[in-house]
Amino acid sequence: MSEVLNKIESIKLTAKDFTSDQDVRWCPGCGDYAILAVVQRTLPEFGIPRENFVFVSGIGCSSRFPYYMNTYGMHTIHGRATAFASGVKGANPDLSVWIVTGDGDALSIGGNHFIHIIRRNFDVNIILFNNEIYGLTKGQYSPTSEVGKVTKSSPYGSIDTPFKPTSVALGAEAGFVAIGIDRDTKHLQEMIRRSHKHKGTSFLEVYQNCVIFNDGTFSALTEKDTKQDSVLYLEHGKPLVYGKENDKGIIMDGLTPKVVSLADGKYSINDLAVHDEHAKDATWAHILSRMNRSADYPQPLGVLRDVERPTYEKGLVNQIELAKGKRGAGNLESLFNEGDVWENN
Amino acid sequence: MEKEVQVLEDVTIRFAGDSGDGMQLTGTQFTNVSAMMGNDLATLPDFPAEIRAPIGTLYGVSGFQVHIGSGKIHTPGDHSDVLVAMNPAALKVNLRELDTNGIIIANEDQFTEKNLKYAGYEVSPLEDNSLIKYRVFKIRITHLTGLALEDLKLPTKTVDRCKNFFALGLIFWLFSRDSEPTIAWIKDKFKKTPELVEANIRALKAGYNYGVITEAFQSKYEISSAQLPKGKYRNITGNTAMAIGLVTAAQKAGLELFLGSYPITPASDILHDLSKLKNFGVKTFQAEDEIAAIASAIGASFAGDLGMTTTSGPGVSLKGEAIGYAVMTELPLVIVNIQRGGPSTGLPTKTEQSDLNQAIYGRHGEAPLPVIAPATPSDCFIMAFEACRLAIKYMTPVIILSDGYLANGSEPWKIPSPSDFPEIKVEFLTEKNGKLPYSRNEFNARPWIKPGTPNLEHRIGGIEKANISGNISYDPENHHNMVYLRKAKIENIANDIVPAELFGNETGDVLVVGWGSTYGAIRKAVELQQSAGKKVSHLHLRHLYPMAKNVESLLKGFKKVLVPEMNTGQLAGLLRSDFLVPTIQLNKVYGQPFKASEITKKIDEVLRG
Repeated sequence: MSEVLNKIESIKLTAKDFTSDQDVRWCPGCGDYAILAVVQRTLPEFGIPRENFVFVSGIGCSSRFPYYMNTYGMHTIHGRATAFASGVKGANPDLSVWIVTGDGDALSIGGNHFIHIIRRNFDVNIILFNNEIYGLTKGQYSPTSEVGKVTKSSPYGSIDTPFKPTSVALGAEAGFVAIGIDRDTKHLQEMIRRSHKHKGTSFLEVYQNCVIFNDGTFSALTEKDTKQDSVLYLEHGKPLVYGKENDKGIIMDGLTPKVVSLADGKYSINDLAVHDEHAKDATWAHILSRMNRSADYPQPLGVLRDVERPTYEKGLVNQIELAKGKRGAGNLESLFNEGDVWENN
Repeated sequence: MEKEVQVLEDVTIRFAGDSGDGMQLTGTQFTNVSAMMGNDLATLPDFPAEIRAPIGTLYGVSGFQVHIGSGKIHTPGDHSDVLVAMNPAALKVNLRELDTNGIIIANEDQFTEKNLKYAGYEVSPLEDNSLIKYRVFKIRITHLTGLALEDLKLPTKTVDRCKNFFALGLIFWLFSRDSEPTIAWIKDKFKKTPELVEANIRALKAGYNYGVITEAFQSKYEISSAQLPKGKYRNITGNTAMAIGLVTAAQKAGLELFLGSYPITPASDILHDLSKLKNFGVKTFQAEDEIAAIASAIGASFAGDLGMTTTSGPGVSLKGEAIGYAVMTELPLVIVNIQRGGPSTGLPTKTEQSDLNQAIYGRHGEAPLPVIAPATPSDCFIMAFEACRLAIKYMTPVIILSDGYLANGSEPWKIPSPSDFPEIKVEFLTEKNGKLPYSRNEFNARPWIKPGTPNLEHRIGGIEKANISGNISYDPENHHNMVYLRKAKIENIANDIVPAELFGNETGDVLVVGWGSTYGAIRKAVELQQSAGKKVSHLHLRHLYPMAKNVESLLKGFKKVLVPEMNTGQLAGLLRSDFLVPTIQLNKVYGQPFKASEITKKIDEVLRG
């Protein structure tokens, strides 16, 4: 009994318990600091012993994250964090596995592993820091940079069409997709909680400002005078309403969302589309994922989709248990002697 | 008519036909039956990369060669004594490997105008006396199979598919084989379709009886059982031996085996075998690509499983960065490379041993790791176990270099007892006891610390580690020291491996040095030289990096060193650079194993000076 009490006692952790002794080496003013602080602050809520957390990252600015967490951690190779994490979770499903990645790491070099971990539905949490630029290599365009973006490697403007990380994730059968932003830490904290709560791969995209190479790219979403007219906070079961005076909303015109004003009396709140996180079909979440500020929509923030399905590691464990039940625990003697065996006397 | 029975010491038979003719199956059945009758043997499956190549074409020919005997059999045979040719293309492709006066059993029904044209024959070779050097038996195998199955009223296509069993039955009769094991196999294999059980058994028996009644064959043959050491045996391929060895090691270490793998020829069978063994707690993860396969295995090792990945050369190329990561993070990992012809896609179904340099050097930075190679199909079991032992004890990735010939080839395996193998000691660090993630034990290995262990939380990664603490470090002196520490750890393994196997005297005129699957051909050639009184010895390397400590003195005990390899001289170069020993090369990159005679001839040449 005292052992149990001790265990419970030890689970009462604080943000400090999750802070490692390593100096944080991000640029002053980087959005990563805020995300790190939110994660360190939120993990103690989960009641999980610190030693059961594993943070896995790839390469890039965001991928230094594990070094700053006083948990188990793997700083892996470029783009492969999701693949390493699959092995960690597969080997020990009891661990709480968190993947920290960036827009280059997850979507460019690691695009393949990104879609496949989501498809398989390991119960892990992916946090993608999207700053729409390559930071650690000093300022080249990324797969989420807009067309025409002038960077060191695109002096005449980028001719690459970007994609939306949430759309990619949904295309890969994601059960949990959410968007947060570094400057709204209260909302971000809720998104971290929701990610953790979801059983299966959770995908959380966090808009994150790179002060050096892409400063202000999300300012419309964060600055006081523009924020409310640019951000649509999603809430399950609530109409899609936003704006300084809650005077704007989204209606559906067939499968196309349309911004309408609630001020001129033509539309009322009852006409607006209502958010359903749990819609079985991913089409609704996909429609939301396509809305973005460059197309004169507000940027949805929040949980786009939260639908559970069986996890990969559960399937893996079940097959092992089933095989053991059916054939008995493996016996080397009989394995060696399988098939046609003869005796030489 | 009572036929004369001749007793043979050994015989080599080659079954050849279209890739859809079931020649691999036919060859395997003959092999298994011969094994069960106590013969020693070696096999060489030789098939195209195309799954069902267009019928009748030269490139669609699939062959299976088996060499059985009453003495020790080291190779699948330099030449065949018997060629079963199911069509003209099979005859054309394989004729050059048939001994003069060898037996040809040809399925006459397939020597049609169309098939002859595909094979590039203007006139049927069965009719134009071009095969006068051989003993040719033209048999209407398709027709006779049809007659035997006539009353079963099966579709023509089904009947046609039974013809390989007719051929097998005839060969069973010719070499006095017992049909019963194959009949039992057919019953099991087709148990869901009783009509196929009946059809295939009938075809087999019809072939056998054809041998009994036809006057074409004047004699039949017997091969006495071999004087193999007492014990229980089974026939085993290299890939199956590898899978069993990996599982055995995991069990002996008390670890769960996690295999991250992506299908690739000729390694996929290991994935198939291991995925059946879930009751051993084996986790198989068919990853989205080669990189994910190894990355997941490393992640699993970090979490406390025994991580491994199986692949071939192209896969190892893709895994290079992750292998370096495993070197840096010092985690146990087993990488199995079933080598095939390269570079690039190369010859996927053919054998080669051209990835030695890649295994030893193929990573950026100074990234040393142990490289070992099995010598025979059953030796894959031993080397799989050895790789796991080294990986765990030294906290390092280990590469096993097998090849297509070992992987698909088979030999009788004297079944060991699981108790013959020692436990593999695994010590997870559970209490700090003054240790840090990169502290080292007497073997220079760092502690293995599983996530989930309280108070030992730590981070690993590819950035250079500070000695002992394992924190990231860009300190110049630390990097220099760590590079040398990692190197010393691996080189020290030389003190912990068995001496390289020497066959013959420790000094002499010629030392033939080999590694991997050339073992059998070299051994046979050296045996012949020794029995002719020549001062020739065979040194076989199972540990390529680091090498056993006896290698240098042995190399220096001979006037000449000959290195036969299925590459352009990778081991030869390594021996030169490591030991300053001149090496004479014998190289062959035909996608086919060496013939003993090729090596014998070269030794003669070297002896003559």
